[in-house]
Amino acid sequence: MKRFLIPLGVFIVLVIFLAVGLTLNPRDVPSPLKDKPAPAFTLPQLAAADKSFSPADMKGQVWLFNVWASWCVSCRQEHPLLVSFAKDGKVPVVGLNYKDQGVDAKNWLAKFGDPYLLSAVDADGRVGIDYGVYGVPETYVIDKAGVIRLKHTGPITPESLQKQILPLVAELSK
Amino acid sequence: MTAELGHFALILAFVVSIMQGVLPLVGAQRGQQQWIALARPAAQTQFMLLAISFACLAQSFLANDFSVAYVANHSNTQLPTLYQFSAVWGGHEGSLLLWVLMLAGWGAAVSVASRQLPDVMVARVLAVLGLVGIGLLAFILFTSNPFDRMLPAAAEGRDLNPLLQDPGLIYHPPLLYMGYVGLSVAFAFAIAALISGRLDAAWARWSRPWTTAAWVFLTFGIALGSWWAYYELGWGGWWFWDPVENASFMPWLVATALIHSLAVTEKRGAFKNWTVLLAIAAFSLSLLGTFLVRSGVLTSVHAFATDPKRGVFILALLVVVVGGSLALFAWRAPKVSAGGNFGLVSRETMLLMNNVLLVVATGSVLLGTLYPLLIDALGMGKLSVGPPYFNAVFVPVMVPLLLLMAVGPLANWKHADLKAIARRLRVSMVLAVIAGIALPLLMGAWTPLTALSSLLAVWIAASGVFQIIDRMKTGKPPAAFWGMQVAHLGIAVFVIGVAMVGGYQEEKDVRMEPGDTVKVGGYGFRLIGVKEAPGPNYRASVGTVELSKDGRVLKMMYPEKRKYFSSEMPMTEAAIDAGFTRDVYVSLGEPLDNTGAWSVRVYYKPFVDWIWGGCLLMGLGGFIAMLDRRYRLRVKASAGVQGGVPA
Amino acid sequence: MKLRTLLLCCGLLFAGAAMAKEAAPMAADLEVEKRMVAISEELRCLVCQNESLSGSHAELAQDLRREIRKMIADGKTDKEILDFMVERYGDFVRYRPPMKPTTWLLWGGPFLLLAGGVGALILFLRRRARDNAAPVLSEEERRRAAALLDQTKP
Repeated sequence: MKRFLIPLGVFIVLVIFLAVGLTLNPRDVPSPLKDKPAPAFTLPQLAAADKSFSPADMKGQVWLFNVWASWCVSCRQEHPLLVSFAKDGKVPVVGLNYKDQGVDAKNWLAKFGDPYLLSAVDADGRVGIDYGVYGVPETYVIDKAGVIRLKHTGPITPESLQKQILPLVAELSK
Repeated sequence: MTAELGHFALILAFVVSIMQGVLPLVGAQRGQQQWIALARPAAQTQFMLLAISFACLAQSFLANDFSVAYVANHSNTQLPTLYQFSAVWGGHEGSLLLWVLMLAGWGAAVSVASRQLPDVMVARVLAVLGLVGIGLLAFILFTSNPFDRMLPAAAEGRDLNPLLQDPGLIYHPPLLYMGYVGLSVAFAFAIAALISGRLDAAWARWSRPWTTAAWVFLTFGIALGSWWAYYELGWGGWWFWDPVENASFMPWLVATALIHSLAVTEKRGAFKNWTVLLAIAAFSLSLLGTFLVRSGVLTSVHAFATDPKRGVFILALLVVVVGGSLALFAWRAPKVSAGGNFGLVSRETMLLMNNVLLVVATGSVLLGTLYPLLIDALGMGKLSVGPPYFNAVFVPVMVPLLLLMAVGPLANWKHADLKAIARRLRVSMVLAVIAGIALPLLMGAWTPLTALSSLLAVWIAASGVFQIIDRMKTGKPPAAFWGMQVAHLGIAVFVIGVAMVGGYQEEKDVRMEPGDTVKVGGYGFRLIGVKEAPGPNYRASVGTVELSKDGRVLKMMYPEKRKYFSSEMPMTEAAIDAGFTRDVYVSLGEPLDNTGAWSVRVYYKPFVDWIWGGCLLMGLGGFIAMLDRRYRLRVKASAGVQGGVPA
Repeated sequence: MKLRTLLLCCGLLFAGAAMAKEAAPMAADLEVEKRMVAISEELRCLVCQNESLSGSHAELAQDLRREIRKMIADGKTDKEILDFMVERYGDFVRYRPPMKPTTWLLWGGPFLLLAGGVGALILFLRRRARDNAAPVLSEEERRRAAALLDQTKP
């Protein structure tokens, strides 16, 4: 009467999936932009509104693209890490000032430090949409050819810096 | 001091549940009368201890004892007293205490209302309930203790989530949990039957009223939750196929299958293994729901603050309870006799079809709910499965079931005459087709979906009326018959509600300055003005809207926009004028520019209250059926001979 | 009653002063709005716990709804708009799972279950009828049975 074992069998399979599920984070959404060219745009710079910035300007280098805003509380968490990372000078960090006011943004950088080569101003969030931004801060690692290699959602932690970002940057810089 | 008392009572209850879970079970196996006799007092003691524990937690809330971490996280001195009380179950720890209190409550009820059952059976049933209680109490004591202190005590609490500061919180979780947890009784009966090896019609008769009672509570609980979402969220939706909603709906579907299957087992002694499996499945789905809501594996608006560690504990509980019972089933089921014979066309077959359809529906909802997890676990990316999927898949499975609903009650047991049934249904079919054509046109526009829904609803309702007329000719029908008719009618009413509001609701989203008017669904709305009004723990902007029809002023409506001191999100309190044939719904949006203008949403929702009216009828039908005399008959015969019904 | 009359009077006075009119829709274009709502009900709001893009109050949701309106006005089809969202946010953003090999089980599952359930039911009924059917007698056995029955007749 093997068929009476079927319900138990189905249940065991279910439990295995649920157990695996406990190790996952349902809110962690992988980006479809991985290994795709960074979407093009031209935006004014925060420090000098008459100058503009475009991702093509960074071709030939490995660089970090960090989405931030003065109203973003989590950004303050990761900011010291970015500042010390930028001090090492290995890899440039470009900021995307997302849906912010210029004055507030400048004051924020003055207060907490400016790790950015420059910050591009995305006032209405349109470029953010193209980059699939949904939770500020977000950080992209972009290679020499302008292809996005990593999208990190949420504040950068020492762990993610050590385990994911730095090794990837080292690899891409070869 | 109160919190410590509550904690102590909890620990004592844990000890009692160990005694309740182990001793009567062993005693039943060995025939030891004293241990068997322990079951009833143990269940009652456990209930009293947990009631004390619960009262202590409630007292901590009412006394604003913010040294208790749970109270500090979910309450506030300015929170109205009624919500301070219901905040007890507003978070994870407290709602679990409510869960386990209700488990003990059902156990105590079984211990008191089971004089006609053999003591050995009652001992086993209460023991199983005790075993489940051990698991839940261990979970609470070791990972989710509501009595944990925080030192230093908070000066002020963080307040209850504004969305929960509503009468809905007072009724919805308790009713829902009574249903969820009540299914444990059906489960316990099934396990007791498997252990004893006595799975017969008498067992089914004892199990039925308890199962129906849990089903009634679950029906009311889900319906209330849906209605709450409707008037609270401000955009008139009433079901979102959210994982937590599904977690309550799946046990309901299986419980519905179970009460129908129990009918067959009771009357004909057939489907015994299947009925037992359904009883195990229903409670397993309750436990699965508890897991899904509290472990963080799925994103949901309803999820409690989640913690994977807790998830591991509940998963372990699931493995022990469900895995254990399914293993027991696999071992004992082959020994159960087949039961009465029946023909291909018979009421038995139709009820089996009912069960198949309900189980397929449950399976589909389970598949859709867990699929994102499945895909993620296999490393194949991230997916969302939302309302478009569930609506597309659930409705086609339900249609044959609705058609069958009119046919089943007319079929005889063992062998039914299809031609005779068809003859009896002729008039209902004609009425249904007419309704399918006419009702949508009357409402304003003919669409296939509203036509099909109208046809099915009238099909069910008309055939029900004819069944009543026919049955009354041969004397007074029993309560069970009336219960069935009322419940099935409830489904017809529900279908009309869903179809009409889905097909014919109208809404307008407009910019209104004081004095402006807007028309929707034949009703006129004029914004008189918006003024500020303070509340106990919030600031509100209260709008005054004049409702009129055909030029005649009907009443004033007062939609509100609230800003609670404790939260960033503004809350909408819609103004609803509920009516038998329609709801008129006004929702205040945001203030615009500085001219005193506001964005306002007005809705016309025809027959929307029939959705919950139908659910009310369903629950009422179940309640009536439960009152049937035959469940209260005492079995006077000695053990071994049961009520004359063949095993 | 008095309060209502008072309110009405105030309302009328005020209305008169503000030149009461038929309220204008919030949306600039109702047709575009209807399409936008239909499309956004198919999409998930990513910053919310589990809400559709159409109902969410979140800022990102408002921005995306604005984008969708723009795309509709530009003449994009529903499919193009949905593809736009998926390109940037992944399949996760769609509430209606796309039909791909990874979702065959999802879309086919319910109907497989239905077919399986009905099939199992038929098999079960057939087997039950066979197991419980009266045994078929051969001619020889039938004659013997008849003879035995004749013997017992009075």
